[in-house]
Amino acid sequence: MDIDTVFLAVGLLIVVTIFLALYRATVGPDVFNRVAAINVIGTKTIVLLVLIGYIFERPLFFDISLLYALLNFIGTLAFAKYLERGEVWSS
Amino acid sequence: MSDNSGKVFGIAVTFCAMFLFWLLLSGMLDALHVGAGLICSLIVALISHDLLVTGEGEKRLVKAFRFFIYLGWELWQILLANFDVTYRVLHPKMPIDPLIIEFETPLRSDFALVTLANSITLTPGTITINVDPAKGKFQVHAIAQAPADALTVDKTMQSKVAKVFMEEG
Amino acid sequence: MVELIVVIVTILLAAGVFFMLSGAIGLLRLPDFYTRLHATGKCDTLGEVLIIFGLLLYHIFVYSPGAELSVQLVPVKLLFLIGFIFLANPTATHAIMKAAYNTGVKPWKKGDPRM
Repeated sequence: MDIDTVFLAVGLLIVVTIFLALYRATVGPDVFNRVAAINVIGTKTIVLLVLIGYIFERPLFFDISLLYALLNFIGTLAFAKYLERGEVWSS
Repeated sequence: MSDNSGKVFGIAVTFCAMFLFWLLLSGMLDALHVGAGLICSLIVALISHDLLVTGEGEKRLVKAFRFFIYLGWELWQILLANFDVTYRVLHPKMPIDPLIIEFETPLRSDFALVTLANSITLTPGTITINVDPAKGKFQVHAIAQAPADALTVDKTMQSKVAKVFMEEG
Repeated sequence: MVELIVVIVTILLAAGVFFMLSGAIGLLRLPDFYTRLHATGKCDTLGEVLIIFGLLLYHIFVYSPGAELSVQLVPVKLLFLIGFIFLANPTATHAIMKAAYNTGVKPWKKGDPRM
């Protein structure tokens, strides 16, 4: 089996997973469910970027995915801190 | 006197680690890039050397070696955890019974508490909610009675972490 | 040799996608916020690590022999990514759960209606 077909099938299944998480992001009863669903979509994006880097044969996409992993982590932490205390930075 | 030598050791270790990162991530070995790497690593090491190497703790090499062995055991537990969660989610009747438990450990240092909290989150059926660093008290949400018992009654994970950091457990 | 590596990479990628799909199905099916975090926090991390590890093997054995140094050092970047995901994903899960618990979201006991 050709490796390109495998990569395309895996990429398509990851996009299906993103749509399933999108349902929880719209319907979820309060804001915490939505934050969890956005965290899931962020981690799927990291894997999708690395996969697309191999499909299009450009090894420069891995830097973008490393950077987005950091941004996703810090964004989720900032959200959690704001929801718990009502402010992110107290002077 | 010991404070000064600790500081130089911290700066040296941070500088070597940052420069190694630079070389491994860029891969280009001509004079311009290596020179820029040296200058940037030096500036970062001078400003923030006490974030990476704290001045306390003895026998660091033995602790690091035992830590890697503990990581091997933990990878196997992560694999088991995911088979357990997949079984509970895909089963037609969904056998879950959530509860919240609390327990205490004698671990006190920052790194040991963080390792234990991460291991609890990554292993079958439990997630850490709250950690009290003054008394070593953990508050944990468990998804069924069996993983909760593995944490409070058997105490396998706590004894392994205590053996890595050589504290009583 | 190349065929064996392709088979191993296919198995690793298929296992990673299976865990990710079961994590997303858990996000839809489970009845409560805390149990949904159980499903995503564990299955996402392992699925991601398996997929990126499979791509790392593919890169070392199939893609890069005979290329320049900055292409041959890409597996190190992928190893950094795996290490970072092992540390960051459980911490983010714990941070959200702690915020929800301190704000007063009620946990689900057996026999409650779905929320």
